[in-house]
Amino acid sequence: MRILRFLLRKEYLQIFRDRIMVAQLLLLPAIQLALLANAATFEVTSARLVVVDEDRSATSRGLVDRMRAAGRFRLVEATPSAERADDAMMRRKAGVVLHIPHDFERDLVRTRTAPVQLVLNAEDGAAAGVTLSYAQRIIAEYAAELAVTLHLSPVVGERPVGGQGRLDVRARGWYNPDLDYRYYMVPGILVQLVTMVGTLLTALNIVREKELGTLEQLNVTPVTRGQFIAAKLIPLWSLGLVALTIGMLVAHFAFHVPMRGSVLLVFATASIYLLAALGVGLLVSTIVSTQQQAMFVTFFIVLVYLLMSGLFTPVRSMPTWAQWFAQVNPVMHFIEIMRAVMLRGAGLPEIARSLAVLSAIAIGVFTLSVRQYAKRAA
Amino acid sequence: MTVAPARGPAIEVRGLTRRFGTFTAVDAISFDVAAGEVFGFLGANGAGKTTAIRMLIGLLAPSGGSASVAGFDVATQAEQVKRNIGYMSQRFSLYEDLTVRENITLYGGIYGLSDAAIAERMASLVKRLDLGRDLDTRVKSIPLGWKQKLAFSVAVLHDPQVVFLDEPTGGVDPITRRQFWELIYATAAQGTTVFVTTHYMDEAEYCDRVSIMVDGRIAALGTPAELKERFESRTIDDVFVRLARPGAAA
Amino acid sequence: MRARAPSALRAFVWKELRHILRDRQTLVILLFMPLVQVLLFGYALRTDVRDLRVAVVDPTPDAMTLRLRNRLEATPRFRIVSVAASTGALEDQFQRRAADVAIVLPTSFADELARGGRTPVLLVTDASDPNSGTTMQSYVRAALADFESERAGLGLGAVRIRLESRMRFNPTLESSNLFVPGLIALVLTLVSALMTAISLSREKEQGTLEVLLVSPLRPWQIIIGKVLPYLALGFTITCLVLLAARMVFGVPVRGSVILLLAESVLFTIVSLSLGVLVAARTSSQRAAMLGALVGTMMPTALLSGMIFPITSMPRWLQPVTNVVPARWFIVIARGIMLKGVGLGYLWFETLVLAGMALLLLVAATRSFHARLD
Repeated sequence: MRILRFLLRKEYLQIFRDRIMVAQLLLLPAIQLALLANAATFEVTSARLVVVDEDRSATSRGLVDRMRAAGRFRLVEATPSAERADDAMMRRKAGVVLHIPHDFERDLVRTRTAPVQLVLNAEDGAAAGVTLSYAQRIIAEYAAELAVTLHLSPVVGERPVGGQGRLDVRARGWYNPDLDYRYYMVPGILVQLVTMVGTLLTALNIVREKELGTLEQLNVTPVTRGQFIAAKLIPLWSLGLVALTIGMLVAHFAFHVPMRGSVLLVFATASIYLLAALGVGLLVSTIVSTQQQAMFVTFFIVLVYLLMSGLFTPVRSMPTWAQWFAQVNPVMHFIEIMRAVMLRGAGLPEIARSLAVLSAIAIGVFTLSVRQYAKRAA
Repeated sequence: MTVAPARGPAIEVRGLTRRFGTFTAVDAISFDVAAGEVFGFLGANGAGKTTAIRMLIGLLAPSGGSASVAGFDVATQAEQVKRNIGYMSQRFSLYEDLTVRENITLYGGIYGLSDAAIAERMASLVKRLDLGRDLDTRVKSIPLGWKQKLAFSVAVLHDPQVVFLDEPTGGVDPITRRQFWELIYATAAQGTTVFVTTHYMDEAEYCDRVSIMVDGRIAALGTPAELKERFESRTIDDVFVRLARPGAAA
Repeated sequence: MRARAPSALRAFVWKELRHILRDRQTLVILLFMPLVQVLLFGYALRTDVRDLRVAVVDPTPDAMTLRLRNRLEATPRFRIVSVAASTGALEDQFQRRAADVAIVLPTSFADELARGGRTPVLLVTDASDPNSGTTMQSYVRAALADFESERAGLGLGAVRIRLESRMRFNPTLESSNLFVPGLIALVLTLVSALMTAISLSREKEQGTLEVLLVSPLRPWQIIIGKVLPYLALGFTITCLVLLAARMVFGVPVRGSVILLLAESVLFTIVSLSLGVLVAARTSSQRAAMLGALVGTMMPTALLSGMIFPITSMPRWLQPVTNVVPARWFIVIARGIMLKGVGLGYLWFETLVLAGMALLLLVAATRSFHARLD
């Protein structure tokens, strides 16, 4: 196709001269990765603790010391007043309040059990749950040792079923032993990057030609719809892959995110996924008339797709209807595959099913949008 | 380079109509344009000019009637029509971020000219418009008058039988407009039919024949001299005003 | 020459408003999008773990392991998907996402327990998502602890400290309660900063801005005229979001609604001024879009604490977040909505926002002044 060659040359020339687009391509992923890599974690490194110790016994002090020693809690205040503690939480001076009741030590010695109350600031939710599980661990461990510390003799009579042994639960996290959030987030960010480039830039590019009038000019020439679409999409497709490359390089060298699987597989998947992304961009360009609208509509659509894909929150936690929706969401499959290949080192056999579904969706979306574009533009 | 002589009129319009819902934008207009003619297509805003042109260049399908351009039917043979015409729109539609050379190469390629032909025509175009120094300048940096002439030259680069010009001389001084029209004459002299719309009534005087559209119909058609005589006016401007006045429709 | 300020300004504001209202498509999206997001976020975005698929590795099944397995099975949250004799199949199961958690029991479990001492049980989770991984671990640990307490009763050396926990301000950890303040911030930023930047830069591109600058309207009047309609728009959207969140999810506003709305107006002004600044400093629409994106949207989404808690961020990053206006607004919004506090507790944050608003407004006006020269 000779005409195609000429059109492609024009597209690539325009892209390289477009400093804004280049900046977007390089800057946005780098900044986003940098920010997210550092900011994206729900881990609690240090929660500010206020203790209301009504017992003031050796045991209760021992518990407080234990909490502090674990390193995750920082004691900011110890007060006898529950109101003060609550006020501290209102003022965001404390994230956790530990109430130790009056007869703590006595109850433990007498009945081997005693309550404590933990109030956590759940105003930003995610941290509270994590803090709670840390606290639970520490308190359980402390309790386990108390039998010795308190010189508690065995109670005569009751024998535990099955023997005196106790469970020693050890936990191991696979694929991400350090529980580094970046491992989880970065594949998702790369997907988002490719999506933005594929969809947003496509929509903006075509709408810009509409706005400037050059689109009409082309419509009067012998250039066919097919040639026009091909000339637009091929460069943007290659741009998407370039963005992915940059993103992966940054992820690897700057943030040490592992790449345990085959790079080729990643790029093959991305190539297929881009068909869907470009298709959506094409669709958007048929329904809007200004660049501003293109941007908003794209944002909207892409945001919904990204959020429902398991990027930030797991798909398995979603309600059933949302999980069904995720199944036809190309982003979801792309993220799945990326995580599988990058973090778990999965190979083609493991991701074959996801890849097949992704391909089907991508081809479907692409065909639909091309047909829609041809119809609309006629 | 001369254009192969067309058989019959370059443009033939019979009862061409276009409706948008209940509104009739173009109401059964009929006229012919001979090969090599410079035809002025005038009319007030909203009279249906733009719609008519868009039908002739294959951008819009007619609701009724027929038209043929360069011997091809605009409704059924739009592709062939497009291959044989050139188009220069109000906004010039050259790519501002590409250079002169790149624009010429692009459109030459689109219209199927060989690399050799492109090189040859670029050279002669450059000589004619004296653009030698600016070949590799981005179009956005070129002054308006030059842009217009360039856009026109690109529109006729592939020697189309008919070239459609939609208000090509907006915003430049009279001298530049004059130069532009000299280009048009030169092109027409080689056999290309020029179909031009304009708001400048003095330019209407430059045309071989002129038609004036009012409310979707052709209210007047003829040479400038004929029209001025028929409507007892001294300038086309007056003719236009008379026709466009309510109650003056023919 | 001083324009007859009230009428000239009024005409201008009116024109801007009509501009916005006429762009139906954008308007619909701006109003529609946040509502859809509220619904989506509320219904679909959760982090709780519901159906845990457990793979049990039991090399030597006996009475105790059976008891343990039954215990797990009896818990509604767990679902045992496989019982194998070795860990060989585990890798594949995790790769295929067929199991979430694996419990590996030692050989001769019952004998080990009878002998006393510590009996090792290994818990394996897919920690690709650290958050889920940790949560799943705690659930399984809790189940195992229950198993233990059932076995041992409250006798023999088992000391238990019963932990009663309370999640203050958000007892059920409703995700909808958490994201609504952040969503409001995000939407307001989108409308105010992004839209203003784009609309202003579009006027710059089309040349209509120059016409304005030459008119009797003073620069500050032009800015106010531009800013006011988007202020109204942002305000409308905020009300819509609050209403939707309230009606569909029961998201509370425990404090003063008036205060909340007033603070949103303040925050909108800050974002609008940012948008104006971005428009003043960029030369095209696309550049403005990029600038607004990087300068306002991204920091708002990532650094404001709306998704990722600021306290979890690295030490060096935390002071940086103070520059992001949304950070302060989210504290305020959460305070009013979840805690029910008033200015008494939030005066500092409000002051910061007001200071930012003033600073940015002045900077924005200045930047337009400069163009005249």
